[in-house]
Amino acid sequence: MHTEQATKTIFQRPESLSETVTHYCPGCTHGIIHRLVAESLDELGLREQAVGVAPVGCSVLIYNYFNTDFLEAPHGRAPALATGFKRIRPDMTVFTYQGDGDLASIGMGEIVHAANRGEKITVIFVNNAIYGMTGGQMAPTTLEGQITTTCPHGRDTTQTGQPIRVAELLSTLATPAYIERVSVHSPMHIIHAKKAIRQAFTYQKDSVCFSLVEVLSTCPTNWGITPTEATKWLEENMFGYYPLKRFKQPMTEEGA
Amino acid sequence: MAKILMKGNEAIGEAAIRAGATNYFCYPITPQTEVAEYLARRMPEVGGVFLQAESEVAVGNMLFGAAATGRRVFTTSSSPGISLMQEAISYIAGAQLPCVLLNIMRGGPGLGGILPAQSDYFQATKGGGHGDYRLMVLAPSSIQEAVDLTMDAFPLAEKYRNPVMIIGDGMIGQMMEPVEFPDEVDKGDPATNEGWAATGARDRKPRVIKSLYLDPYKLEENSYVLHEKYEQMKQHEVRYERYKISAKNDLLIVSYGTMARICQTAIDELEQEGVSVGLFRPITLFPYPEKELRKEIEARNVKNVLVVEMSCGQMLEDVERVVQGVKPVTFFGRTGGIVPSPEEAKEQIKNMIKKPTRAKKASKATAKKQAAKKKSSKRQRKDA
Amino acid sequence: MDQYEVLWAGFGGQGVMVAGQLLAYTGIKEGKNVVWLPSYGPEMRGGTAYCTVVISDSRIGSPIITNPRAACVFNRPSFDKFTPRIKPGGLLLVNSSLIDVTTDRDDITEVLVPANKMAIDAGSPKATNIAMLSTFVGATGVVEYDNLLATLEEKLGKKKDLLEINRKVLEAGFKLGKEAVKGKSAGRKVKA
Repeated sequence: MHTEQATKTIFQRPESLSETVTHYCPGCTHGIIHRLVAESLDELGLREQAVGVAPVGCSVLIYNYFNTDFLEAPHGRAPALATGFKRIRPDMTVFTYQGDGDLASIGMGEIVHAANRGEKITVIFVNNAIYGMTGGQMAPTTLEGQITTTCPHGRDTTQTGQPIRVAELLSTLATPAYIERVSVHSPMHIIHAKKAIRQAFTYQKDSVCFSLVEVLSTCPTNWGITPTEATKWLEENMFGYYPLKRFKQPMTEEGA
Repeated sequence: MAKILMKGNEAIGEAAIRAGATNYFCYPITPQTEVAEYLARRMPEVGGVFLQAESEVAVGNMLFGAAATGRRVFTTSSSPGISLMQEAISYIAGAQLPCVLLNIMRGGPGLGGILPAQSDYFQATKGGGHGDYRLMVLAPSSIQEAVDLTMDAFPLAEKYRNPVMIIGDGMIGQMMEPVEFPDEVDKGDPATNEGWAATGARDRKPRVIKSLYLDPYKLEENSYVLHEKYEQMKQHEVRYERYKISAKNDLLIVSYGTMARICQTAIDELEQEGVSVGLFRPITLFPYPEKELRKEIEARNVKNVLVVEMSCGQMLEDVERVVQGVKPVTFFGRTGGIVPSPEEAKEQIKNMIKKPTRAKKASKATAKKQAAKKKSSKRQRKDA
Repeated sequence: MDQYEVLWAGFGGQGVMVAGQLLAYTGIKEGKNVVWLPSYGPEMRGGTAYCTVVISDSRIGSPIITNPRAACVFNRPSFDKFTPRIKPGGLLLVNSSLIDVTTDRDDITEVLVPANKMAIDAGSPKATNIAMLSTFVGATGVVEYDNLLATLEEKLGKKKDLLEINRKVLEAGFKLGKEAVKGKSAGRKVKA
């Protein structure tokens, strides 16, 4: 008995994640978000029927880190690919994983219409207020005054408009959906984010509605600060403009 | 099955369904919208997927995702819409997925017009999107042939795991002709695509369908895989038709699609006048019937070759490439939605036989165009 | 008969496209090759619409017909536009209910058909195109009367009342067409 207890597994790599070491920078939260997605797929028993759609951006290589089938989409078009796939295979679990440039800039048309059609897919939207892969350019979600390589004097909203709040924007659509914004910069927030992501996949599993979880994320490399500072910066600057909230949920018995 | 009268757009839609392609994504655009309208009604009847997307950009990418399921998928559009799909087409070719696209061509560039044209030849056969890839391109000249080629397109796309594009001018979409649907049709079997489709990582390793290769050696390798497929197509899939080609020919015409039929009428009429002209009609525009055309030209005593297109001369470049200066190659074309009449084609053929020089013909053609323009403006004034 | 080309033209809504299609359907019934080619685009939305039908015993080349053997014109703009295009020795069918002019051409046969009146007399203005179609078939014999009637029953047979009206118009038109060209050579105006 004593021996068995000593070898009891209390933490391990989710089956939905592969053993590949990620290429992400220190302090980046992609790794955490990947894990939350993988855990949800494992727990709901969806891994073997899951197909992910990779974006263009830092997480373009996400297909190397998952133990599921994957499609790699043109920039911004992941929701269109997911639509095409899911319409033919409603029995499978289809999710996209997209950054703010991919989803809220070049892919704004595709995400709005996929949401509005109520495609029964799950969208994991990672918002770190900057373009990561191309090296720190302004994103549609870059905050007012925030410095990036293409707004070196800080984002001038008289020229570039205000940052886009994706969760709020999509929540205005009349079509039923599950939309929530979470963060993963602290253990407490991670626990909550996990619940939201799992809920999103549950809605898909039950063929209820379109689901999107916006995850606030850090980018110490392109923000030009340390990971610790980045966590603080996120809380101090992003929380005000991007409130953590469940914006929309379908009317179901357990939905409340 | 008995012959029925059908509009090209509808016949193509029906042919796709009968070929097991019950997954269709679209965006309305003249002159092919009837395909969407027809399938909006038919798809629910056969339990298929019909989806009108928000744009042709989305259509192309829905097709990409849909093709990854291993089921037969297709879309239809017209020139400006096909331009918007080029991004997805390049990705689909790179990721080696099968799908079928129909382009009912209208005049361009830009928004152009809505009348028949063949000015998307370059786009279809030479790329259109970025990267080292090709589409298999099929060009029907009648509604029956459009039906037959549509049914063939799906197995061909699967055989090579490559997009197949059917191109027809606006007339192919709009005209009605009798068609017969064969009783036995290859409907495809998703099970045969288990080896590459995304079906879920059950009892196998996860599968990634992608076109991204950051390692240049890997990317080159993928490009060579694609290249080899195109070489195989050249070996096995070339199709063409010969019409009245004989040793007596004074001239050989090369023309495709509806334009070839107009030439055919001109040829028949010229035959009555004692002028012998042959017609070589490529049916596959890629792979182009290179060897076959070259053989005809070398074997015959034809003095020169005339290319006739509804464009400013696009397939012309392929013919010149094949002929390699062995015989003079001349050109006649109208574009922008102007369809040459058989009479006009006849006139041009007669001129070519008399004086087969390209420069003169080009200037003559220009003059003719200007005359036509003058005439139409005169007409407008009269109306006003 | 080797090949016959006929052009149908009028306002959108006068049924010119349907008239051409019914002729094409009947051609198929007789084992002939046919092509029906419409004009398409903005002009379909209320302006002048036209289509051409080619019927042939052999393979049909060009679907584009510049100079048809016959034209059936339903309104004045169509009369002006297409009369000059008819092949010498050809046939012009004029809807005389709406067109109050006749052609100066003396190398074609012109038949005036009070198509709207015939249709209204039979019970419905909707049958105007059938009046033109049946007169055309009577005058040319391009297809058989019985086959045309069978096509009509197949394609327009759902509404019994309208079918009855169409049948009446069909008979009258066919007779009119047949009588009109009996013993007449090109250049003779034929009024009904």
